[in-house]
Amino acid sequence: MTAAGPLPVTVVGGYLGAGKTTLVNSLLRQANGRRLAIMVNEFGALPIDASLVEAADERIVSLVGGCVCCSYGEDLVSSLAMLEALAPRPDHVLLEASGVAFPGAIAGTVGLLQGFALDGAVVLADAETVRGRAHDRYLGSTVRRQLDQADLILLNKCDLAGDADEVEAWLGEAAPDARLLRTTRAEAPIDIVLGAWTGRAAPPAAGGPFDHTQGYAAAALDPPEGAEPEALARILADAAHGLLRAKGFMRRPGGGMAAIQTVGSRWTVTDAPADAPAGLICIGLEARTDFAALRRAVLDC
Amino acid sequence: MTATIYPAARIITMNPARPHATHVAVREGRILGAGTLEELAGWGDYRLDGRFADKVLMPGLVEGHSHVMEGSLWAYVYCGFFDRMDPEGRVWAGLKSIDAVVERLAEAAGALEDPAAPLAGWSLDAIYYGGRRVNRHDLDRVSEERAVGVLNASGHILNVNTRALELAGLLRTGVNHPGIPLGADGLPTGEMKGPDAMAPLGVHTGFDRDLLACDEPGLRRFARLCVRTGVTTAADLANLLPEDAVEMMLRVTGEPDYPARIVSLRRFYGLTPEELIDRALELRGRSRDRLRLGIIKVVADGSIQGFSARLRWPGYYNGAPEGLWYVPPEHLLEIYERALAAGLRVHTHTNGDEATDLALDCMESALRKHPAPDHRFTLQHCQLADAAQFRRIRALGLCVNLFPNHHFYWGDQHYAVTVGPERAERMNACATALREGVPLAIHSDAPVTPLGPLFTAWCAVNRRTASGRTLGEHERIGTADALRTITLGAAYTLGLDGEVGSIETGKRADFAVLEDDPETVGGERLKDVRVWGTVQGGRIFRAADLGT
Repeated sequence: MTAAGPLPVTVVGGYLGAGKTTLVNSLLRQANGRRLAIMVNEFGALPIDASLVEAADERIVSLVGGCVCCSYGEDLVSSLAMLEALAPRPDHVLLEASGVAFPGAIAGTVGLLQGFALDGAVVLADAETVRGRAHDRYLGSTVRRQLDQADLILLNKCDLAGDADEVEAWLGEAAPDARLLRTTRAEAPIDIVLGAWTGRAAPPAAGGPFDHTQGYAAAALDPPEGAEPEALARILADAAHGLLRAKGFMRRPGGGMAAIQTVGSRWTVTDAPADAPAGLICIGLEARTDFAALRRAVLDC
Repeated sequence: MTATIYPAARIITMNPARPHATHVAVREGRILGAGTLEELAGWGDYRLDGRFADKVLMPGLVEGHSHVMEGSLWAYVYCGFFDRMDPEGRVWAGLKSIDAVVERLAEAAGALEDPAAPLAGWSLDAIYYGGRRVNRHDLDRVSEERAVGVLNASGHILNVNTRALELAGLLRTGVNHPGIPLGADGLPTGEMKGPDAMAPLGVHTGFDRDLLACDEPGLRRFARLCVRTGVTTAADLANLLPEDAVEMMLRVTGEPDYPARIVSLRRFYGLTPEELIDRALELRGRSRDRLRLGIIKVVADGSIQGFSARLRWPGYYNGAPEGLWYVPPEHLLEIYERALAAGLRVHTHTNGDEATDLALDCMESALRKHPAPDHRFTLQHCQLADAAQFRRIRALGLCVNLFPNHHFYWGDQHYAVTVGPERAERMNACATALREGVPLAIHSDAPVTPLGPLFTAWCAVNRRTASGRTLGEHERIGTADALRTITLGAAYTLGLDGEVGSIETGKRADFAVLEDDPETVGGERLKDVRVWGTVQGGRIFRAADLGT
């Protein structure tokens, strides 16, 4: 066993009613062995389905499958530290921001903390109301900044909106750096929303767990010998290829293993254990991702 | 039962029917009447107490927006630019240079036994040190072994030393955060700007607890400051009021010698609007004379000097981006509707004029659904409201509690940087509020600025900045209006004007006991009026006799 690395934290943002709580519940149902720690801010009542709750004490609620939920209240830093100290330690923290908070600001704080690694900022947008909210006199700038700070936007309630294509096109301009995923009832694959595949669950097999009727595609890539991990990560995060997520390990030209992770345009390269298996998994939307072009770009790297 | 009749050099009653009196009669902690000895003798048995014969009595002053946290902060080292009196009556000299700040902190560090204990200071105001920023090397001169952290006066910046950065794992290159400036060496300078950057350092520098949570020594220290400033009723404006704090506050304020009445508002946080209403109703039922509960506080936006207040077009003078909402509009509206339906009061923090607009829109909509005479909802700070907003405030029956202390402490910065000259001159428009008939209070927001209603009155009367500029001549108010505002005016916003705020038959025997007459010293000298102490519920508290 290698020592546990930094605890990954995914920030979930979006205005009231966009589906943050629905997403959290959906991810809990997909946890499949991952120990997720949910942090909520907005309300005293924890917004977790009763069927998922096993036990509750003052600070923390135990959920099925080894997951936990707590309210971070006024003190994000000490609440994160409490989660980090739990035994067994959670595999991944899901930090639900309040409806008017900026996910980028929270992500900035997480990025400063020892022992934690920012996984990304996922922002939900209600397909029916997001454009109206983005032009609201009071809320407009807040909603637009929330979207602009996303690595991944889940365009939710697409079943209710008649003009989802128009909304998607508009989001492409409002948040040019974010990758977008359409959802209904905030149902999104956990492997896309959370990039932590090194935990207890196996990484998704290429083309494996993804329901092609929903339009996702995954591919395995072999990192080219002699490539710099940072250069490769930049390619994987390049908007031209439209990947939602990429993760894996590769050998550095100078020796040693590096871990690569991308979510949308955000990429990180960190040191990895010497025994980490070389290989990359990439996930994107079937209609948006040109895996052949991606392979060529990677080979040229 | 025997009454006590106090002759005084002069009694300012705030009762327009008899604005001045020579004697006041007190029985059972309440006022029998104010008038001549002959008039008061008609109440029956009395004892004449001459101790205030050479003093001036005013209604006990009412601070409509402060935080009991002012008492808690005095556990840390005061590092402010201006002189400030602590709860024990010691005046700490303002620190006029960074060297002086370092010297005071080093002295405090020297007195600590544990070499690893952090040292925390507060109220640093770096803007007064000629543009030179305080950095970690300055604070390394305090100590290299222990973590040192100093909170800025605005509460929006934390300055730390190298050891603190080391403990937080931030003494490294590659830190990329808008709130963390880097030095030429690529390392953080030690200035942590904004709550997001401050958060990782708090635990290492001694600011690890929720400072707005009330602690027992702080609650006691706060009351001593009240006595020293003539305050008999003070609002504690943003408490989360967890159950253990409520029990402690009920116990401490219920002690026979606790000298002040605390009105503690429950801030909207961690509960749904529906739960908030239930909790406020429950708290209201547990009120005692010296601990009033049940009012709700909602924070709508941030602060002007922190550039987090929500401003209408054209925004900040220096081009800073629009500020932050701290409550979603839907929640504000829901709280207003539920509170009006339940007969509860809500005080809303709105610093920027856009936040004020939002509160007014929500209020208009909620009142249409739940018409409520005498709701007494109050806008707190409301610093940038213009005349049209004050007319709307009046039409909707709201009160305002304005913040004239800002002119003195940050008026020059508001003029030059935050909102620019024109809006700086109409900030905290007390004269407009009175002219438009809006019920008015004024406040210190202690610990943001020092507790002291007579100083706040001076700020409203003179609108003088620290550099001596008069910021908006046309918004100055007269001394009589200012004195009424720090007594009856503030009491009205708290729903206590029938009990306190004037010296009249039947009201609580709450007096500010003064050595000078605020009506005759002249508006220029209001802040210099000396306070002997207070009478609270008929109990006498002399500042010089306060135990520690």
